[in-house]
Order: sequence, then C-alpha cells, then structure tokens
Amino acid sequence: MIKVLKNLTKKDIYMIIFCFLLMVSQVYLELKIPEFMSKITRLVQTGSGTIGEILEQGGYMLLCSLLSLATAVIIGYFASILSSSLSLKLRSKIFNKVESFGMEEIKKFSTSSLITRTTNDVTQIEMTIAMGLQMMIKAPIMAIWAVTKILNKSIEWSMLTGLGVVILLITITIIMIIVIPRFERVQKLTDKVNGVTSENLNGIRVIHAFNAEEFQENRFDEVNTNLTKTQMFNQRMFSIMSPVMMLVNHSLTLGIYFVGAYLISEAGLLNKITLFSDMVVFSSYGMQVIMSFLMLAMIFMMIPRAQISAKRINEVLDEDNSIKDGDFDGETEEKGTIEFKNVSFKYPDADEKIIDNISFSVNKGETVAFIGSTGSGKSTLINLIPRFYDVTEGEILIDGINIKDYKQTCLHNKIGYIPQKAVMFTGTVKENITYGDNGKKKPTDKEVEKAIEIAQAKDFVKKMDGVLDAHIARGGTNISGGQKQRLAIARAIARNPEIYIFDDSFSALDYKTDLTLRKELKKYTKDSTNLIVAQRIGTIVNADKIVVLDKGKCVGIGTHKELLKNCEIYKEIALSQLSKEELENA
Amino acid sequence: MPRPRGVPEKSKDFTGAIKRLFKSLDKWRYLVIMSLIIAIISAILGLITPNQLSNLTDTISEGIKPQMNEKIITEIMTSEEISEEDKMSFMESLKKLEENSKEDNKNEKNEENYDKSLTILSELPKSIQDKISPKMDLEKITTVAFILLMLHVVSALLNFVQSFTMTTVSNNFAKSLRSNISIKINKLPLKFFDTHETGDVLSRITNDVDQIAQNLNQSLATLVTSFTLLIGSTIMMFITNYIMAITAILASVIGFSLMAVILSKSQKYFTARQKELGKMNGHIEEVYSGHNVIKAYNATNYVTEEFDDLNEKLYTCNRKSQFLSGLMGPIMGFVGNLGYVAVCIVGAILTTNNIITFGVIVAFMIYVRMFTNPLSQIAQAMTSLQSTAAASERVFEFLDEKEMPIEKTNKKLIREKVKGNIEFKNVKFGYNDDKTIIKNFSAKAKPGQKIAIVGPTGAGKTTMVNLLMKFYDIKDGEILIDGISTKDLTRENIHDLFIMVLQDTWLFEGTVRDNLNFNSKVSDETIWDACSTVGVDHFIKTLPGQLDAKIDNSDSISQGQKQLLTIARGMIKDAPFLILDEATSSVDTRTEELVQKAMDKLTIGRTSFIIAHRLSTIKNANLILVMNEGNIIEQGTHDELMKKNGFYADLYNSQFKK
Repeated sequence: MIKVLKNLTKKDIYMIIFCFLLMVSQVYLELKIPEFMSKITRLVQTGSGTIGEILEQGGYMLLCSLLSLATAVIIGYFASILSSSLSLKLRSKIFNKVESFGMEEIKKFSTSSLITRTTNDVTQIEMTIAMGLQMMIKAPIMAIWAVTKILNKSIEWSMLTGLGVVILLITITIIMIIVIPRFERVQKLTDKVNGVTSENLNGIRVIHAFNAEEFQENRFDEVNTNLTKTQMFNQRMFSIMSPVMMLVNHSLTLGIYFVGAYLISEAGLLNKITLFSDMVVFSSYGMQVIMSFLMLAMIFMMIPRAQISAKRINEVLDEDNSIKDGDFDGETEEKGTIEFKNVSFKYPDADEKIIDNISFSVNKGETVAFIGSTGSGKSTLINLIPRFYDVTEGEILIDGINIKDYKQTCLHNKIGYIPQKAVMFTGTVKENITYGDNGKKKPTDKEVEKAIEIAQAKDFVKKMDGVLDAHIARGGTNISGGQKQRLAIARAIARNPEIYIFDDSFSALDYKTDLTLRKELKKYTKDSTNLIVAQRIGTIVNADKIVVLDKGKCVGIGTHKELLKNCEIYKEIALSQLSKEELENA
Repeated sequence: MPRPRGVPEKSKDFTGAIKRLFKSLDKWRYLVIMSLIIAIISAILGLITPNQLSNLTDTISEGIKPQMNEKIITEIMTSEEISEEDKMSFMESLKKLEENSKEDNKNEKNEENYDKSLTILSELPKSIQDKISPKMDLEKITTVAFILLMLHVVSALLNFVQSFTMTTVSNNFAKSLRSNISIKINKLPLKFFDTHETGDVLSRITNDVDQIAQNLNQSLATLVTSFTLLIGSTIMMFITNYIMAITAILASVIGFSLMAVILSKSQKYFTARQKELGKMNGHIEEVYSGHNVIKAYNATNYVTEEFDDLNEKLYTCNRKSQFLSGLMGPIMGFVGNLGYVAVCIVGAILTTNNIITFGVIVAFMIYVRMFTNPLSQIAQAMTSLQSTAAASERVFEFLDEKEMPIEKTNKKLIREKVKGNIEFKNVKFGYNDDKTIIKNFSAKAKPGQKIAIVGPTGAGKTTMVNLLMKFYDIKDGEILIDGISTKDLTRENIHDLFIMVLQDTWLFEGTVRDNLNFNSKVSDETIWDACSTVGVDHFIKTLPGQLDAKIDNSDSISQGQKQLLTIARGMIKDAPFLILDEATSSVDTRTEELVQKAMDKLTIGRTSFIIAHRLSTIKNANLILVMNEGNIIEQGTHDELMKKNGFYADLYNSQFKK
C-alpha cells in the first residue's frame, strides 16, 4: 500500500498536508459546536438568557457548522483530485508496463488477471483513498480530541462511553471474524452456481440428447442450496449489527442522563447547573467518540482489501521485463533471410526445454513449414522470431543481424505476423487492416482492397454494411472465425513485410479457401519469406522446406517427398491424415 | 453481454415490475407482512422515546433549580428547627436577590446575575440550604430511564427479528428465482441459445438475482420504517408544539432541496463514470488479449494514445462524481445542525415565554433527526428500488421466454426395438421464417449405414444435427424413424434413440462415473467395458479414485482424453442411431488415431450420421451429403460425386492441388 502511495507527487503531498490542517480545523469546529449547544442549553435552561443572546450563540453555532461544511467541501475537492489522479497514474503505469511486457510476463500473470489488476484493483485503491484518506486522518484526530474534551469532566460518564465503545468493537470484531471467511465461501459458491449454469448452457445439446434435464437441475439445486445457506447465514449475522449499534448509541445517551441525575442530585447547589450543561455536552461528545471509533473500525475493514489490491498492482509494476530492447534501427543489407543457430528455449521456471538445439536457415523468398504433434514446440519456435519470447540459448539472425540487437520496432517492421487465434479490434475493416505502424506510409485504400482480395476476404467484406468502413465489433464477434482469420491475413499483407509468419493461421479455413489463398499469396509475395506452422499436411506439401518437430527437437528437415522417405514421424503424421494412395498421388 | 455493474438504470415499466415482484413474493406473504408490521411497530416505539426522554430531561432539570416560592419561604420563616440567626441571614439574602433581579432589567448580563444569585444562596446557613436545595425526583428518573431502556431493547429486538425475517425471505426468494432460471434454461428451444449470449443468462442468474435479493432485504423495510417515522414524527411534532414543528420541517426542507440538487448532479457523473469505465475496460481487454499483434505491428503508441485519452476522461468523471458524492455527508451534517439551531432558538423564545418546557426542546432535537434521516433514506431506497425493478424486469423477461411446446402423442419408439431406418422426405428448413436454407431435401438411410456430411466451414453441418435431434422443428416435409414421423414423437423419445458425440467435448464438474453414465444407470462393469473398448480405461486408472475421480471441462485433461471420454459416454448409452462429429486435428497424432479407432467402433451396428473430416470416412460412406451455405447441394456416394465433377470433386481435389 505504501509503495502505491509513493506514486503521489510532491504537489500531492502538499495537498495532503494542507488537507490535514484543514481537517484539524474542521474537527476543531465540529467539536466547538457542542460547546455552543451547551451554552444555548444553559441559556434556555436557566431561563436567564434573552433572545438576543440565544440568537448570538445560535449564530456562532451555525457559523461553525457552515465553516465546517466549507472545509469539508475543500477537503472533499482535494481528496477527489488526489484519489482520481492517483488512479489515473496507477492505471497508466500498469498499462504502459503491460505494454512493455513480453509474452512470458503476460502468460505468467494471465491476461484476465492483468485486466482486473488494471481496472478493479485500481478502482479499489481509488475508493479506499477517496473515502479512507479523509476518515483515516479525521477519525484519530476526532477520537483523541473528543476524548480529551470529556476526560476531565466525569469519570463515570467516561467509563460509560468507554463501555459503549468496547461493546461495539467486540460485536463488530466477532461478527467480522465469523463472517469474513464465509464471504470467500460465498464468492466460491457463486462461482460454482455460475459454473454449473454455464456448463448447462454450453452442454445444452448434450443434456437434451441424454434427456438429462432433471439430472442437471438436481446438480444446480445442490449448489444453489449451498449458496443460499451460506449467504443467509452471513446476512443473518449482519442483521445483529445494526440493532446492537442503535441500542448502544441510545443506551449511552440514556446512561449519561441517568448517571447525571444522581451526580447532580449529590452535587452542591452551585455545581448543579454546571453539571447539567456538562451532561448535555457530554452526551454529544460521547456520540462523537463512538462515531470516530466506528470510523476507525471501518478503516480497518477497508485496509486489508486495499492491501490485497496494492499487492497485486505492485506485482505487475515490479515485474522485470525479460525483453530488453536493442538499438539497431537502420537498413540491413540482406532482406528476408532467417537463421536459427543452436536455438534452445525453456520457460524460466520449467525444467524441460520446449525448443532444443534447433538450427536451420531460410533464404529470401523461401517458404518453410513447421509440423509436429501438439506440444512439439512449433508455435513456440516461430514466436521467438518477433521476440515474444527470448531464446534461452543460441541466437536467431534476421537479415544477418541478431534479433536482440534490433530495436523492436525495426524488427517488427520486417515481419507480418498472423497468430493462431485471429485478433480483431473495435473499429472499421480498414482500421483493422491498416493496423499499427510499419515505418512507412499507411496503406492506401487501393492497397487495402488488394490485401483483402488476396486474403480471400473480398466476397464477405463486399457484403458488409459500409464495405471498408464496415464496423467490426469488439473481439470481432460480428464476423465468423474464418472471416476473422482472413482479415488477419489481409492485415499482414497490407503491411508488406519481408517475412510472413503464419502461426497455424489456416486452420479456420476450409481446404478450398486455404488452397486459393495460398496460391494467390504466393503470386503476390514472390520475394517474401514465408514461415508456416500447420496441422494439415495438405497446407504444407509444397513448401520449399519442412521442419519436423517432435518434443522440441528437430527430427527432420526437407521437402515433402524427402521426408516421406526418411522421416518416420513425418510419415506417421502424414498417414494419419491421408491414405497411402493419396500421399503418392500428391 | 455482461452489464457494467452499478449503473443506475431505468426500468421500462417500474410499477409493472414491482407489482410482478410482489406477486412472486406471494409464497412468503405472511413473513413479509409480519416483517413489515414489526418495522412499523419498531418505528412507532422509536417515536415514543423522545417524549420519554423529554420527560426525563424535565425531571432532571426540575432537580436543579433552587425551590424559592412563597410556600417554601413561609415554611422556612415559621420553622422551629431553624435558628433565628439563620432566618435573619435568609431574609438578607432574599433582599440581595431582589436587588439583583432589579439589576437584571438594566443589565443584559443575565448569566452572571444568575450565578451571583446562586452564590448568594449557597452562602446561606446549612439548615436553610437543606430546605431550599433542589430535590431530584430520583424515583421518577429511575422509572422513566427504565421505561426508556426497555423501549430501546424491545425496539432493537424487533429490529433484529424484522431484518432476520426479511433476510430469510429475500434469500429464499433469490434461491427460487435462481432455480426457476435454471429449470427454464432446459425448457427453452435451442434457438434461444443460438441467438443469445451465455454471459447474458449468467449475469441474470447471479448479478440480477443478487441485486433483487439485496435490495429487497434492505429497501423494503427501510421504506416502511422511514415512512412511518416521517409521518409519525410529523404528527408527534405537531402534537407537541406546532410552532416548533413548522420550524423543524422548514429547516429540514431547505437543507434537502440543496441536497436534491447535488444528488441529481452527481447521479449524472456517476452514470458517465460507469460508461467511461466500461469503455476503458473494453479497451484494456482488447489490448491485453491482442498483445502479440500489437507488438508485432508496432501499435503500442497507437493504443497508448487511445488509453491516455480514455484514462483522462475517466479521471474527470471520477473526480467530479467523487467530489459531489463526498459532499452528501457534510451537507447532511449541516442540515442536522441547521435544524438543531432553528429548534433551539425558536424553542428558547417559547421557553422564555413559558409556552414550552426545556424537555420539549430536547424532544425536538431528536424529532428533527427523525424527520431528516428518513427523507434521505427514502431517497436512497427509491433509487435502489429503481434498479431492483430493472433487474427483476430482466429476470422476468427471461422467465417469460417462450418455451418449447409440450408434445402430445401416443406413439413411442422403444430403444431396443428400433431397427434403424431413417428417411428425409421433402424436408424444408430455415432458421428464420423468411429464409429457407434447406430446400426440399430427401434421402434414405438403412440400418447400420453410414451417412457422411461434408462441406466447407460454416456450411451449416450442425443444421443436420439440429434437425435429426429435433432441436429445431422442420418447416415442411417429414423425417421418419422406422416409418414414424418425428412430429409424432416426443423430443425425449427421439433423444433416447440417438447417441450424440460432438467435437466440442462437454464434461461437467463431477466424478468420472457421473460423467460417463450420464443420466443412465448402468453398473460399473458396463462402464469399464465401454472404456476399454474405447481405450480410455488406462487413463481412468491413472486418476486418483478412478471412477470416483473428480473431473471437469478445464485444461487439466487433454482434449484427446476428453474426446475419448465422451465417446465412452455414447458407448454406454447404446442407442440405435449415432450422430458423430469427427475430430479435426486439434490433438496430437497418436491420440488422434486412438480417437478415430474409438469412433469407428462406435459406428458399428448403428445408423450413423458423421460430420466427416477424414477422407477414409467419407470414401466409405454409404451416402455423402455435401453442404454449402446451409443447403445440401449434392448427395451420393464418393464415386458418384467424383463422376459428377461438381462441388464435392472440387473440394476433394483441392487437398492435393498445388
């Protein structure tokens, strides 16, 4: 939490100090009010005051109240600036940090967790600061000041107030101790209810097919009952809280008056009236003391939650970025060559290598395919090239220069990368295709159209409302998987890169589209180097080079025909997809 | 789509929704009424207390003033116990007091004079002081205090009982809403799920129901209590003293109009804030999940720029909404003080004119609070009732969705006796009324035959599954099973005849056994038999607890094993028809082979419809249905279709072409 607060600037600190001073004066004013009250009481009580005097005191009291309101407004103003500018800074810091992350760090935290850290956790801190900061400063000042005000008045009354505070704190603590662990359980059970429901929704066809509606309902009933029971218990516990608080508050006033009656009756004639007005004052100060202790209790309830959020935020901010930017930002002599030199890769906390000592080189304009079973490392291998991950051993050269020496933007300008799962952004078709920056001019509409045509996306884009300016919904939910894939390919084409990286990008396409697309692409990108990860043999039979991977090792490099002869694993994969005769025909 | 939380939203029909809500609460009618009556009683008790407190204060203040009336003076003067000397000094003091009070009128310094008078009196001899010294009626004080304490205790107890009852009602209500939604899910036609997002239903079952329950728990009692207090305190104030009552009400109303202005302003910023937060979330989600693309396309600057822009906007909304909402507390405090001062001043005037006693002022200090607090509580409860109405509208909307019609039929096919004939006769079908995608389709399958369904992605292969399983009703024509139209059979009956294994494996969180003999009760032996036929028995044996092992649909089990488990599940069901979605190559080669072998075994002896990806399956099929753009465009055997040299031939050949 403290670390998070270090994000406050000097100006912010001054603001806090200023607020602190204001707060002190606010407490002063608030505690002054009962004094005027007591004076008014005394005047009214003795019947000795004239209307003018009462008006005067009343005026002072209202003035105090108004001034206190004014300070509250100023403090509130600064507090709102403080908390929202802190959250602004935190969000921006986290966002920029995440943007600088490599895939390794993203994977470590997981995307969804990073999202909640940037939004919910920051909001949590913001709320704590907005509400807590005022209370955190005010409650102790108030408590101490109010206590000193009443301490020398009467031991009996002080003890009564103390008793009230203790009873309240004990009640709150007991309820919290019982309820807080159950809160977590409620969260888990809610997740379960969600889980069973989404299971039901996702498996609706299967459930109908097995006539298992009742079975499913019974399962739901079980988690539903559990959730209701735990929730009910919690809320029932909470229903104790408010009556107890009210009872303590009322009884305190009553107690002070009751004890006061005895004290007054025993006091000398002169002291009686003083004691009486003291009593009225005390009952209101006593209330202040109790309120400030309640505030403190609330802060103690808020802080642990904020603490958790702060910890999660710091985890992100403290994460060391494993990818260090190089500084080469010029033109290379070679264009479109790739060389892997004894490249190995493993995740930092893993024992096994995912890529194990792989070497090969690719010339300009060649098409190289990577094939292997799931987990063979083919995707990881090509993800090393745009430096989503850095190699553990060995080096990768592009155009004769180690990729680690490039400035990342310079390296990425050479690459057109199409991921396994096509990513679409909110915006128009055109914006999606001209996405990002390639160090050159933005593609013209004509170039965009050409890219769409090559990517076999022309047919459906043409039908879309607005064509190039048609809207793509968040996550591309308004177009199908195959369409997204084709637009993602068009995006890479429009970038006009030296090297294309297709990370299993054809899987969502049917055989026919896949074939035409690759044919067109080949025509258009004669000079470009293509790297293709594929599952289907059909997609890669014509590659200049096929790299066969098995458990991270390279078990064969060659053309389709060569590999069929001398690579057992390749043959196995091929046979599982095509019959012998088909393979021979191919 | 999941809604951003906390947006204050308007319901379409507020009264309608609330009425409906109360109607569904009918089951707990007595508890609700009881709870509301208790709330009213408790509020009334609360209204009595200020009177008692004023009584107490009056009694105490009675005990402060020295008793100086004619009766006491004569009593002192005639008393034989008091010495003459003491009587003399008393007379002197009386004279001094008289002078003092004369000065009163010249001099404004009242208080000092009062103190002086007291000093004069306290200098009197003890015997006289005893007589004139104020008498505190401790007995009465004890009684009143006891009554007050009892009132507080009873009120607290009632409060507890009331909120305990309401908690019980609201939680049980939430439970019944949730289970109604859950039951409803399985009664809705599949069309609903193909056109609605899962997140939407989920959000209704959790967020909306939670909101209803929470608000019901709090607002209802608050509203009743607040109204009782508001009306009650107004009445009590007017009964006690109408001038004071008008003063108190006027002061509070002035304060409240101030608050209403701020409240409406801050509401605007809160809505804006929620909207900005939603935009921000969307942007972050998009950027984080597209991280690799953004890096590879050097779009970091671009997304950061947009982020900064959104962040700045969010900051402004945050700041404003927080500032305004932070004002509420202090303003409330000020309104309280304003009322207090007003009551004191007017009270003082009235007291000095001997119209009211001091106790009345004390009572009014509490009445003011009793009047102002409910006002703000009613305002809060009304906004939360608004969102309750909106939430319950969404829940009821879902519960009102049209269900699948109940089929009335006396025909029934017994699983064991079905031969396995199926015939499509001039079937017409479309997802929308205005678009027919399957136009006049006819085909026949004999027992044990294999029908392959092929076509490019998105060609509508699942449509066939939907029709066969009667997930959707056909528009025209007939599907006949052993000569009986599916229109004359119940969905349950049809489902009973089919094994369905889809590519999207579906396992639920539960034991392996529950997942395998899903809704059919077979012996463990049968389960193991099926598993070993499929080849998944080794895998199950490696799990802790074997058949009792807990599994779910997460990534902890590989896709291949999941597929084998769903095939085993089909095997256990043992029905005459099979619908099979072949695995594409999302698993590694060896598992894929295992899965395919298991699938082949499953087709033996069953009339099978196979969404085919493998050439060997397609080539051996008795009938191939070629689909494109939702329609069945060609049908025949492999050889026939190749000869035809149409779409199928094209599709087939494309796999080998350069």
